Amino acid sequence: MLLTSPAGIATSHALRRRPGADVGGAVFKWLLIGATVFATGFLAVLLAVMIVDGWAVLSGNLWYFLTHGFSQRSAAEAGVWQGIIGSLQVALVTGVFAVPIGVATAIYLVEYAQNSRFARIVELNIRNLAGVPSIVYGLLGLVIFVKALEDFSKGATVIAGGMTLAALVLPIIVITSVEALKAVPDSLREAAYGVGATKWEVLSRQVLPAALSTILTGTVLALARALGEAAPLILVGAATGFLSFGDANVLETFTGPYTALPVLIFNFARLPGADWGVNAAAASVVILVLVLAVNGLAIYLRNRFEKQW
Amino acid sequence: MARDQLTAADLQTSLMRRVRSHTVRWLFMTAATVTVLVSALIIWTVASGAWTFISQVELTKLTDIGWFPRRGLFDLTTLLVNSVQISVIAMAVAVPSGFGAAIYLSEYAHPKVRRVMKPTLELLASVPSVVLGVFAISFITPSILTNFFSEINFFNKLAAGIAVGLLVIPLIASISEDALRAVPGALREASAGLGARRVTTSIRVVLPAAMSGLMAATIVGFSRAIGETMVVTIASGGGDTSLFNLSLFESGGTLTSAMAALGLGTDQVAGNNLAFQSLYFLGALLFAMTLVLNMAGDVIVRRLQNRY
Repeated sequence: MLLTSPAGIATSHALRRRPGADVGGAVFKWLLIGATVFATGFLAVLLAVMIVDGWAVLSGNLWYFLTHGFSQRSAAEAGVWQGIIGSLQVALVTGVFAVPIGVATAIYLVEYAQNSRFARIVELNIRNLAGVPSIVYGLLGLVIFVKALEDFSKGATVIAGGMTLAALVLPIIVITSVEALKAVPDSLREAAYGVGATKWEVLSRQVLPAALSTILTGTVLALARALGEAAPLILVGAATGFLSFGDANVLETFTGPYTALPVLIFNFARLPGADWGVNAAAASVVILVLVLAVNGLAIYLRNRFEKQW
Repeated sequence: MARDQLTAADLQTSLMRRVRSHTVRWLFMTAATVTVLVSALIIWTVASGAWTFISQVELTKLTDIGWFPRRGLFDLTTLLVNSVQISVIAMAVAVPSGFGAAIYLSEYAHPKVRRVMKPTLELLASVPSVVLGVFAISFITPSILTNFFSEINFFNKLAAGIAVGLLVIPLIASISEDALRAVPGALREASAGLGARRVTTSIRVVLPAAMSGLMAATIVGFSRAIGETMVVTIASGGGDTSLFNLSLFESGGTLTSAMAALGLGTDQVAGNNLAFQSLYFLGALLFAMTLVLNMAGDVIVRRLQNRY
């Protein structure tokens, strides 16, 4: 049976390498596998280290930790509640500003501007914006959103922070939306034009619904990025220390002092003493779970519902 | 009422539909203009702030013993050298690992493995940088580096560099993998047809063909490392004040961590003194450096796209 198999014929003795001759190839392959394991495996190490370091908080009083605010008195009394609320509020403001502008820009680039000079300027500009370090966006936020637009943002508030992060994620939303729109085949547009639809009708009834799931995924990934950013928020005045909401209602918290989860982690990390380190690790686990869950869901949905045209 | 010929007006749609279609066009164009406005405002912000600083500071203070902004000493060399040192360490970690993962995924891995690993890399790219900063001071320095270097400082550039490296691995791996996969299969088939082993094909055929893409990945990764803030602020220390030193085992402030340290005062300190203005100058420097690096990377990637 062995003799009759095609494989047996093809690898006749003369053509086969001597056993052991390809040591170099095997070594190379295992080096590559090692690099891949290192590149992806450190996430597991990261999570494990944070869980072990934060175990005192995670196992004992996780609920207290999640539902109480920052305390200056002792690490054991400090929680991340205000950070979670602040992060969600900032992400909401970010989405309100970045998503309409980002998606509209993508629509303009793909559907309206056929390689015009203006479109090429916008494209180049988007690519460059995507590479600007996040802390530079903090300067933009400080000068424009906190100071110049103070009447609107009321100074260093959730609104100013959210607008700053909106500028930061805008290029990501544009780039992913452009890709989503480009993936919609032209035959769909031509068919709609063929039955007499106007440009806006083609877009709103055919192209956008077809690209919606991919655009949504890109948006969620961008907002998850905003959720993890600390550097620009430090510049636009997210509180790093104690803060009190007082008896402010939900709307008032948008125009009062605020903090965000990554900013709190930074603050825990720079306070001296091992017990603050435990808090930093526990809060890191919280943000990792949050960000990875949101991202994982978005990536899963995209791979699941990605249309093959 | 029957007419015997159609005019162009008969073929036009109703006025409402045309007006709506044109109005949304203007809305979309306005949005695109806003993105350009964001760039313009960034440039105006950093440039005008930097000008205020540079026109008031004594230029001799820009080269001194170190970075002590509250005492009026603004030695840029200290920050630049620390930034470059940390970014080079980051590259030493991220380039071998990122390239290796990219070659494995593009040349060796089973399609099923690829389908799992590519999203995993994306997931890794979303790890918040503060977490890696905490990782550096709670694990990399105390559990690893102290075993090898007994005299290492708690805050040190080496751990910061390694953590930044871990942060940019997914970016480098992802750009490199795209570059490797852009190499046409015919090259691999021709090489295999001549009897080359897979390792020979990978190293002698695919890698040279994708070289410019790999270079672009390195440049963009370096730019990301230079601009990384939170890891460095937490793990390397020295953002507030920093004496010039070359040792990787010592703490040292970078462009970004000095900015973060200056910015931490913004909610309390009235910011009109020269120390605060230096924030904008550092921002302008950082912006210019990363812009040049990113544009270089972009040009290289584009050239690669046109080749095949």
